[in-house]
Amino acid sequence: MEIVVLLKQVADTEARVAPTADGLGVSTGEAKKIVNPYDEFAVEEALRIKQEMGGSVTILSAGEDKAAEAIRTALAMGADKGVLISDPAVAASDGLGRAKILAAALKTMTFDLILAGLRAVDDDSHLVGPAVAELLGIPHVGGVLEVTVEDGSVLCLRAADSGQARVKAMLPALLTAQKGLNTPRYASMIGIMQAKKKPLQTLSLADLGISPDSVGRVAAKTLTKTFMPLPKRAAGRMIEGETAQEKAANLAKALKNEAKVI
Amino acid sequence: MSSILVFAQTRGGRLTVVTAQALSLARQLADKSKASVVCAIFGDAPPDAKAFASTYGADKLLVAAHQALASYEAQAFTNAAADIAAKIAPEIIILGATADGRDVAARLCARLDCALSMDCLAVEEKDGALLATRAQYGGKILASEELTGKPAILVIRPNAFAAIENKKDCAVEEIAVNPGDCKAQVLEVVAGPEGKAELTEARVVVSGGRGMAGADFDCLEKLAKLLGGAVGASRAAVDEGWRPHSDQVGQTGKVVAPDLYFACGISGAIQHIAGMGSSKCIVAVNKDPDAPIFAKADYGVVGDLFEVIKALCSEIEK
Ligand SMILES: Cc1cc2nc3c(=O)[nH]c(=O)nc-3n(C[C@H](O)[C@H](O)[C@H](O)COP(=O)(O)OP(=O)(O)OC[C@H]3O[C@@H](n4cnc5c(N)ncnc54)[C@H](O)[C@@H]3O)c2cc1C
Ligand SMILES: Nc1ncnc2c1ncn2[C@@H]1O[C@H](COP(=O)(O)O)[C@@H](O)[C@H]1O
Repeated sequence: MEIVVLLKQVADTEARVAPTADGLGVSTGEAKKIVNPYDEFAVEEALRIKQEMGGSVTILSAGEDKAAEAIRTALAMGADKGVLISDPAVAASDGLGRAKILAAALKTMTFDLILAGLRAVDDDSHLVGPAVAELLGIPHVGGVLEVTVEDGSVLCLRAADSGQARVKAMLPALLTAQKGLNTPRYASMIGIMQAKKKPLQTLSLADLGISPDSVGRVAAKTLTKTFMPLPKRAAGRMIEGETAQEKAANLAKALKNEAKVI
Repeated sequence: MSSILVFAQTRGGRLTVVTAQALSLARQLADKSKASVVCAIFGDAPPDAKAFASTYGADKLLVAAHQALASYEAQAFTNAAADIAAKIAPEIIILGATADGRDVAARLCARLDCALSMDCLAVEEKDGALLATRAQYGGKILASEELTGKPAILVIRPNAFAAIENKKDCAVEEIAVNPGDCKAQVLEVVAGPEGKAELTEARVVVSGGRGMAGADFDCLEKLAKLLGGAVGASRAAVDEGWRPHSDQVGQTGKVVAPDLYFACGISGAIQHIAGMGSSKCIVAVNKDPDAPIFAKADYGVVGDLFEVIKALCSEIEK
């Protein structure tokens, strides 16, 4: 099994997020960068499948040079090699642009299975996985909770609108990982040492034959114009009362008469 | 005439609330640009589909009844959606940001090579430009996006837009689509618990955290039932195994914005606030008067959550 995991480096979820002064960007303060939590599920699942079936796990990420750290984290967990597409055009692209960049790279690689996260917890686009599958013309199963690889196909349980659905997809296929799929392992000390020696290739858009005006800001059809802070909430108040009963009565009154929500 | 296309979504054989909201948004946008609203439905249409589409302002209902569209599969639905889009050539496509809705929209966006705004909260047309507002970072910040080219796909967050009745004469037509020779197949759909409101669509969400101290969520279930809402959880409660992953609210869980949110035994970590901070009214119940959640709440109650919630249920039952 040749497995590729699409992995994005994102700001730590602890980050306090605010628009930059010009409103054109996002400041995450001093927050460190982490592997997108949904992509950790994808890496873990890839490693489990490899353990069972053999093969290799390649981590593919598009971003800035710093994203190499996130790839190393996945290599330390046990992945075999990494590919980083480092180009300023990545950050300037819309979700579809990023999918095009990743799909172009995947076309130069061999794979039976691609794993991605359901969503990146920074842009929350929920877009790149299915879009990559479409660009490659392969089936995908979104939001998987269980994965079993069979001969030439993959059997998944996914979180669907109407409950859960069992879906069988022919390989090659792409899956997006939903929370609940597994519990990602931590990298061991040995893993971290070994990761330093594992191959990590860095490519530019030119290496992939992608013309700079087919992606990036010029090509983006979905263009972020401004970032805005959330509207300020009015200060709340504490509900008074001697006993739980009194407090509950006062709360019920407030919800009925003031907030008019019950 | 130009048109706006809405993909109807069903759950358990019924058209969903977010479909009514999508139709209402389509109607509003269409009235401004003198466009027509076309609603398309995949698989077997529920018996009330025509009445529903007509009530929320559709001019036409297209029924794409095909065996391969009986339950959601990404490629089949994308192929069918692209067929319909090719026939209608809509300016805008609208659908609800549910698990299946987001999934098909993302794939369709790549197929049509077009703009898409995921989980949008507000939409406006200004000087000929289509602008959508959406949250990022799990709800920590808002972004305004411009969608250029045609069509533009708007995937709307449930309950962010009102469902407005606006009766139109709605013609029904069958439409032939080709779901294609698909390489994936739905073997079985395991329906969720009957009548359980989906977290992101519920008007009231009652969440419990580590303060629940166990898997007994009965008092929260009862309050949710009394108020017609759903039960959510913090990641701590999910990680303890007290609640399923699908109940998690927060930056790495679901983002909810109900009319009324209860945070019971939840301290108010930044990742949790991200997922519920836009709720219209927030109530926090915590025994620690210094819990950070109180700074985000409209109403704070210091006390034991089991006592307070039980008493609140009795108050509401009165
Ligand atoms: C990568 C990452 C992603 C994360 N994503 C999420 C996410 O999506 N959603 C999320 O919720 N968290 C998330 N977290 C976790 C988050 O940081 C907090 O750890 C978590 O929200 C804490 O849950 P809690 O408030 O239930 O528990 P605690 O912080 O332990 O708080 C429990 C609270 O219950 C109160 N309490 C105890 N007993 C009672 C009682 N009888 N009556 C009333 N009050 C009582 C206590 O005073 C305390 O305030 C994430 C963390 C990381 C690192
Ligand atoms: N720049 C990127 N590099 C690699 N994978 C990515 C990138 N952006 C998104 N992905 C993958 O696509 C998933 C969904 O991302 P998004 O569409 O941004 O919410 C992520 O969980 C990753 O698996």
